[in-house]
Amino acid sequence: MNGVWVILIAACLMMASGLPAVLGQRRSRTAQRLAAALLIAGSLTGLAGLAVAIVAGSSGIRSLPWQLPWGSFAIEVDALSAVFLIPVLTVPALGAIYGLDYWKQAQHPENGRGLSLFYGLLAGSMVMVVIARDSVLFMISWEVMALSAFFLATTENEKPEVRRAGWIYLVATHAGTVCLLALFALLRSVSGDSALAVLDAGSLSTGMAGVLFVLALVGFGFKAGIMPMHLWLPGAHANAPSHVSAVMSGVMLKMGIYGMIRIFSLLPAPELWNGGVLLSLGAITGILGIAFAIGQNDIKRLLAYSSIENIGIIIMGLGLALIGRTLHRNDLVLLGFGGALLHVWNHSLFKSLLFLNTGAIIHATHTRDMNRMGGLAASMPQTAGLFILGAVAICGLPPLNGFAGEWMLYMGFFRSLAPAGGVAVPAAAIGAIALALIGALALACFVKIHSSVFLGVARHAIPPEGRHDPHPLMRYPMLLLAAACVVLGILPQVGLPLIRRAATALTGPLLPGELPLLSLAPIHRIGIASLLLVLVSAAAIGMLRARIRRQPAALPVGTWGCGYARAQPRMQYTATSFAEMLVKLFAWALRPLTRRPDTTALFPSPEAFSMEVHDPVLTRLALPVFRHIGRQMTKLRLIQQGRTEFYLLYILFMILFLLCWNHFAIGR
Amino acid sequence: MTTFIIHIVLLLTLPPLLPGVINKTKALFAGRRGPPLLQLYYDLFKLARKDMVISRVTTWIFTAAPVITLTTILAASLLVPLGPFRAPISFAGDMILFAYLLGLGRFFTTAAALDTGSPFEGMGAAREVTFACLSEPALFFAMLVLAKLSGSLELTTMLHAPMTVGNPSSAASLVLVALGVFIIMLAETCRVPVDDPNTHLELTMIHEVMVLDHSGPLLGMILYGAALKLFVLSAVLLHIVFPFQTGSALSDWALFVVEILGVSVVIGVVESIMARLQMRHVPHLLIAAILLCGFGFVLLMRAS
Repeated sequence: MNGVWVILIAACLMMASGLPAVLGQRRSRTAQRLAAALLIAGSLTGLAGLAVAIVAGSSGIRSLPWQLPWGSFAIEVDALSAVFLIPVLTVPALGAIYGLDYWKQAQHPENGRGLSLFYGLLAGSMVMVVIARDSVLFMISWEVMALSAFFLATTENEKPEVRRAGWIYLVATHAGTVCLLALFALLRSVSGDSALAVLDAGSLSTGMAGVLFVLALVGFGFKAGIMPMHLWLPGAHANAPSHVSAVMSGVMLKMGIYGMIRIFSLLPAPELWNGGVLLSLGAITGILGIAFAIGQNDIKRLLAYSSIENIGIIIMGLGLALIGRTLHRNDLVLLGFGGALLHVWNHSLFKSLLFLNTGAIIHATHTRDMNRMGGLAASMPQTAGLFILGAVAICGLPPLNGFAGEWMLYMGFFRSLAPAGGVAVPAAAIGAIALALIGALALACFVKIHSSVFLGVARHAIPPEGRHDPHPLMRYPMLLLAAACVVLGILPQVGLPLIRRAATALTGPLLPGELPLLSLAPIHRIGIASLLLVLVSAAAIGMLRARIRRQPAALPVGTWGCGYARAQPRMQYTATSFAEMLVKLFAWALRPLTRRPDTTALFPSPEAFSMEVHDPVLTRLALPVFRHIGRQMTKLRLIQQGRTEFYLLYILFMILFLLCWNHFAIGR
Repeated sequence: MTTFIIHIVLLLTLPPLLPGVINKTKALFAGRRGPPLLQLYYDLFKLARKDMVISRVTTWIFTAAPVITLTTILAASLLVPLGPFRAPISFAGDMILFAYLLGLGRFFTTAAALDTGSPFEGMGAAREVTFACLSEPALFFAMLVLAKLSGSLELTTMLHAPMTVGNPSSAASLVLVALGVFIIMLAETCRVPVDDPNTHLELTMIHEVMVLDHSGPLLGMILYGAALKLFVLSAVLLHIVFPFQTGSALSDWALFVVEILGVSVVIGVVESIMARLQMRHVPHLLIAAILLCGFGFVLLMRAS
């Protein structure tokens, strides 16, 4: 059986998985379990189909009868789809298991059923997005995905800030959709039908190719969260339930990346500026994304900005790949594209892990403000351990998976210096500098988040019911994700054959022996080095701990306070104070709002210092512009009567006008 | 094989001598007798035998961090060639592993500092990660220059490239890079003018303040790790400023030992004649390092 049919069945199963919950009782636990079971069944079916499709190579385009006047129901699984199907099929299923305990329907009767419904729809529609080979089918799946994400992000719609974040998301995603509609309309006008097939180089003028490139970049950039199209992302991620944030950040953002790669693979060889634009935008997104992350005090907003940073890294890789494609340097294409796709996988693993972990933290502390946390490692040691693993991975440090992907990108940037194999593009080497800066900033950011949440002493008392590790249903999905991070860190080469096949979308067919990725980038050596590092460190730590156990028990002592004996939890370095120097270095972009205590009076009253970083694109640009437009629009109230008959009348006028226009102006 | 053994033996025995040389130089400048040359060896032996005092606030990270930091520096030191010899481990792309291993060490050192809940150690950690954000781009600019010069992505070949440089504009860019790498080395090993290892004012320190709570073997590992880092970064610097070889292996090793002690003397001189910068001026120094290495890169690009 062809794998693509199995995956289609899986997509239907996933989309329908929420139905039992909707038909069941508001507080029914069975209904929620049934929904999760269906989703997992869908995922497993899909993975089986995917395995068949990968073994068979490409599935070939398959179609089904289709009743709409436009487009066709054409689906296919090729290597590129397969790369993206892996996170799409795994992460939502793990999130559903997590949700069984995190968002119990019994405790959330007002929104639990809707959550199950839209969660399944989101997961299934993402599968459809990745396998669709027709622009109409693609857009329908895309909109189902975007809208179900809206309903998921506004799960707690009784809260005003959640509704606000939801509206911003809705506007942003449809701004992207408008660009995509234009893109697909133009593609259709060029190629003559709505199939997503490689365009003939002759039929496309350079100007048109440029327009298509920009439309794809902006349209998909809104979904992926490229700066400055990221403005919806922090709010929507912060206010959604944590397993939804995990799916949105870990998987849904990647749909934007997938769309971009798919469209670029259809266009003939790009011009040099295309790759240059992607590379610069990626660098800016990466550096500013992580700088904004450092400034946040809300743990989920921080993770959302870090997702923007990771999207930046992926886009940098894509930029390098496009540059390589223009200059016919397949080594740059393979390394840039390979690094980007590897990072897509890696980010879907560690970011989901971190978001799920954050859910456990929020359950325990009932706050998202890191300045009110601290010392959680004592009561939730496993959560703390999993978090530091995710943090090391996301910083791109060895021995975990994040390093492998970034290392491959570095190799690409360094190789762009060498004229070996074609034209050298030394400017692209600047990508290595940007990546190094991003890496150092990410380290600062994740030391801040891990330490201010888990280490030190609790700044505020943790409620007694939160003083333990979460339920196994929440813990096991995290453990699986963490295990995947370790395995891909030690054996990063396992996915390379698939990624190399996916890269042929941009390179054109490679000969079997041509440019093996492992000789370009001996990534397996990274794995060996990482394994040795882990083993040696583990052995040494084991010996040290044995020695600590052997030493005579001393009195329990506190931390050395340089002579000060009465240290208090609130004297610790907070998340804000840790980030202060870096926020000031980036103050030109972050525009932090600092509130300084006024202590000039002889007897100053209690005061507080605070430093907040808001999103300038949203608060200084988008919102004022929209407010202005909103005010201007009130003038249109003149024709807003509130009576249906009048509106029908307007429609009649409009149709009559169009009829006349059609008749006289076009003159048919 | 002999090279490998000598490399390991030097890594294990020589580093604690370097702080001794620095301190002797400084004492000479100040007209004091100073601590014995081998003081750090004595300290390490003493610390290894001691028990550890561990704050009840801390978690496993506090005890694991010195071990992880030391193993990462050891691993990184296996990637760097000493003198004209090959490094024990080398493969294409190992220079990135080198930089990121130091990053992993930094992650755990700063996490352990914050693990104690002490505001002083928090300050040190914040400074460490902030300054690293400035020294990392400089380091990668230097790597780009070396990669371009050598046409290779192996640290051994990259660092041996200055030995064969012919044209003056490459040499000029190497001079800039050498200055930048020297600043990076001072910052990474926390020497004057970035940090003063002798100060006892916790508010103004970076590295020393992060390890206030560590004691016994844990402190020993940190001290040895710091000396090893100084040794490795000095070896990197030597390749750029002193790219010579004699031809015979024995005299090359001897020359290397003399050179690396010479770097310590230079550091000691710098520490004697300069004051520590104000904390808010440290970023300017590091930006100067970025500029030096960056212009080195630009110069090379123009030349080719």
